[in-house]
Amino acid sequence: MTRTREPESKSKTSSPSSSSTGMKLIVPLQGVVQGRGGILLGSLIPCALFYFFQLYLKKRRRSNDKHPSSNPPSPSSSFPELPRTPSRSNLSSRGSLTGVRLSRLATTISDDDSAYYVGLNRASRDPYHKLTNPDGIIQLGLSDNTLSLDLIGDWMRKWGSGGDDGLSINGIATYQAFDGVDELKLALSDFMHQVMGGSVHFDTSNMVLTAGATPAIEILSFCLADHGNAFLVPTPYYPGFDRDVKWRPGVDLIPVHCRSADNFNLSMTALEQAYSQARKRGVKVRGILVSNPSNPVGNMLTQDMLYNLIDFAEDKNIHLIVDEVFAGSTYGSEKFVSVAEILESDSEYIDNRRIHIIYGLSKDLALAGFRVGVIYSFNKNVLATARKLCRFSSISAPTQRLVTSMLSDKKFIQDYFETNRNRMRQVHHEFVDALSKIGIKCAKSSGGMFCWADMSGLIKPYSEKGELELWEKFMSIAKINITPGSACHCIEPGWFRICFTTMSLDEIPLVIERIRRVVEVCKFSS
Amino acid sequence: MGLKIEQQQHQQTCVELSKIAISNTHGEDSPYFAGWKVYDENPYDEFTNPSGVIQMGLAENQVSFDLLEKYLEEHRETKGASGTSFKENALFQDYHGLKSFRSAMASFMGEIRGNRVKFDPDRIVLTAGATAANELLTFILANSGDALLVPTPYYPGFDRDLRWRTGVNIVPIHCDSSNNFQITEQALESAYKDAESMGYRVRGILITNPSNPLGITIQRSVLELLLDFVTKKNIHLVSDEIYSGSVFSSSEFVSVAEVLESRNYKNSAERVHIVYSLSKDLGLPGFRVGTIYSYNDKVVTTARRMSSFTLISSQTQNLLASMLSNKSFTKSYIKINRERLNKRYQMIIEGLKSAGIECLKGNAGLFCWMNLSPLLENKTSRESELELWNAILREVKLNISPGSSCHCLEPGWFRVCFANMSENTLKIALERIRKFMERIRSQQ
Repeated sequence: MTRTREPESKSKTSSPSSSSTGMKLIVPLQGVVQGRGGILLGSLIPCALFYFFQLYLKKRRRSNDKHPSSNPPSPSSSFPELPRTPSRSNLSSRGSLTGVRLSRLATTISDDDSAYYVGLNRASRDPYHKLTNPDGIIQLGLSDNTLSLDLIGDWMRKWGSGGDDGLSINGIATYQAFDGVDELKLALSDFMHQVMGGSVHFDTSNMVLTAGATPAIEILSFCLADHGNAFLVPTPYYPGFDRDVKWRPGVDLIPVHCRSADNFNLSMTALEQAYSQARKRGVKVRGILVSNPSNPVGNMLTQDMLYNLIDFAEDKNIHLIVDEVFAGSTYGSEKFVSVAEILESDSEYIDNRRIHIIYGLSKDLALAGFRVGVIYSFNKNVLATARKLCRFSSISAPTQRLVTSMLSDKKFIQDYFETNRNRMRQVHHEFVDALSKIGIKCAKSSGGMFCWADMSGLIKPYSEKGELELWEKFMSIAKINITPGSACHCIEPGWFRICFTTMSLDEIPLVIERIRRVVEVCKFSS
Repeated sequence: MGLKIEQQQHQQTCVELSKIAISNTHGEDSPYFAGWKVYDENPYDEFTNPSGVIQMGLAENQVSFDLLEKYLEEHRETKGASGTSFKENALFQDYHGLKSFRSAMASFMGEIRGNRVKFDPDRIVLTAGATAANELLTFILANSGDALLVPTPYYPGFDRDLRWRTGVNIVPIHCDSSNNFQITEQALESAYKDAESMGYRVRGILITNPSNPLGITIQRSVLELLLDFVTKKNIHLVSDEIYSGSVFSSSEFVSVAEVLESRNYKNSAERVHIVYSLSKDLGLPGFRVGTIYSYNDKVVTTARRMSSFTLISSQTQNLLASMLSNKSFTKSYIKINRERLNKRYQMIIEGLKSAGIECLKGNAGLFCWMNLSPLLENKTSRESELELWNAILREVKLNISPGSSCHCLEPGWFRVCFANMSENTLKIALERIRKFMERIRSQQ
């Protein structure tokens, strides 16, 4: 920290000599005490002497400062006691020695070493490619959907450049409404209506568009809670929430643990408990954050559970945020129920000002690169604030135009959904089947792009440490990147999220073979 | 049962929102934004609403739009030239950004500075606009409660962008007309002391070069002074250079990058960060393309991670990558854009002069800094300035930005934008001003 009000208590020249002098004292001392008193005295006395010597030197340095040197004061360090050898002498400025400081937030971010991100990085540095890098790392840690990307590619090739007229930038170069152009809002409202089962009407005046669902979650966090407040969130949860809710909004996430015995479905008892415990600790809970379909498990909230959550939110007078980005990525037999559907059918009895929905096109339409997210809220004040905040995260105008065009192609959207659903169902079925044949069971799921696999039988010890060791084995032996449950705050060790939507049917055997390698290694060593 | 629930609802207070949601630190209460609202309610249109309000409060560049359109028309088939196929492009959301696009931005930024400096594509962090870049940098360089020093007058949006979500304070470095609003060492020291006396820890200085709203480039000697100052205080220097391509004469702009290079990047580089965007120079604010260029590795890494909240669409990156790497296009665009802006500037200065209005001698930007202090009833009163501003807005039907919104200490200065309209509209605006001045003179 720069303290320029008082000159700092350091003069360059004394540093190097003091440490060597100190050492010269210690060595002969150790020899003296080794004869009597043994190791304890032998280490204690020289340490004490060293400490007192440093104190003496420090006092001396302080008195030297009454005559400031011609060089500007060096920046204060947090460790003034330790002598340092300056790496450069005669600096005209000392700024470079300790470096100019960054914020606390910056340090938190740069130190973030969650396995989720580490895995993504390692996989991206050595990516598998069928022909050019067959021994590379297969990325199964990113919930992208490439199963139907060919359809997107075809559409883009035909219409992506705007057809015969070319992509005109007329009318989109200038400043647009930061919360999204009306045409796109209309197109999205239609699209969401389709995706959520055709039973909900989405009003464009309740929409704020953002550059992806990531800033949508962050902006909502800024609107609904203050720094130091908290949201309750069922575990396991999407690792990105830690970034979206905690980093800049400074809102904490209090885990509400779900168990494999319940297929990781949320228990209202656990929710109540988590809430009261938070209250006892003096933490102000401002809302509940859930994802539906859930990431990473892939299960869906039943209508009953949604009502329970709404009642709970009403009872405690808090918010309910439902992240529905995977609403259109379902493959099971269960029907997806959006919280919006419940609000529409029961609008007289529920205060909808506390319910907020997150949506986006990164998952259901595989357009992650285009950055299209939606905040859907009935709360006028939230909408007003979000509209101002989304200037930091607006959707690029040409992309708004392109996506509007794509969403308006109803036939294409229909085809895409049908084809995609079939492909997802197929790959999911085959993959889960193949996994069970090598002894790995998955939680029951009906949506999302991943399986939640139980590898607890392969880990030793049965702990987070054992889980991370297994994760490392997957990375280095099997050369696949999967997400360990601890990165998702799962309370039971040994669960892993494996994304299956970046695999084609004929790549499944390859992936299974690699996983089998690790299974064998674990069985062998146990 | 229905009635009971209704009663319950009525008694129950509405669910609370955050302090950020209910505060007014968004800074949008100032006349700067109020004027826009009046414009929105009654916007001028040559044919359909010729007596409407002319927008001269929005720094948008529409003078060279045809050049862009022409390029895109001629190069339709080279879209996707970056090598990624259409479908991969749709999925690509890596916060490093497309390599080809970063290289293109680095090349373009170099071109604007006459290739006197080179920019390393790996030091470029992409953000959805300079607004996001400035906020992001503030989050990284300062803690909530700390302060950034900003020379006045400054862009009103900074009050929101640098302070709202970050909780960081702005302490002004006061500049005045006695020396053409240049930053002095005395002003710097004074601002630093002000911050300290308010109990704020100063983390950096943020300058805009060329300056908004002044419309002038910062002299090299002042940049040297700033670098020395931040080095001495061990703080950061952020140079917002979004108008660097809008300098009327290329030889008059000196980027902080050039000063760093002349010092061989010794000692000071890690504290310097440059913000750039395509919203002004290229007139593409709708595209949301901004960058942070930092000489500090940790800032680059951290900014990149934080940019997840403000990524540029991969489609847009792809679309612009080949255009910005096309040296013959960028060279020609920059030259023609400069000439057209200069022409507009001369036009408005002449027009104002013939109406009896003086402006600060500018050499850059999309606006001029107009001096109406002779018209003020009370030359030291901010209220007087706002009365005049209101009169111009309501009677003359021109939305211009009052200096007080830009935190200018001297009342009577106004920022007037000239590049966001056709030449015809500008003529009409000048005519309205001329008539207004005549009215005032005849009244006196």
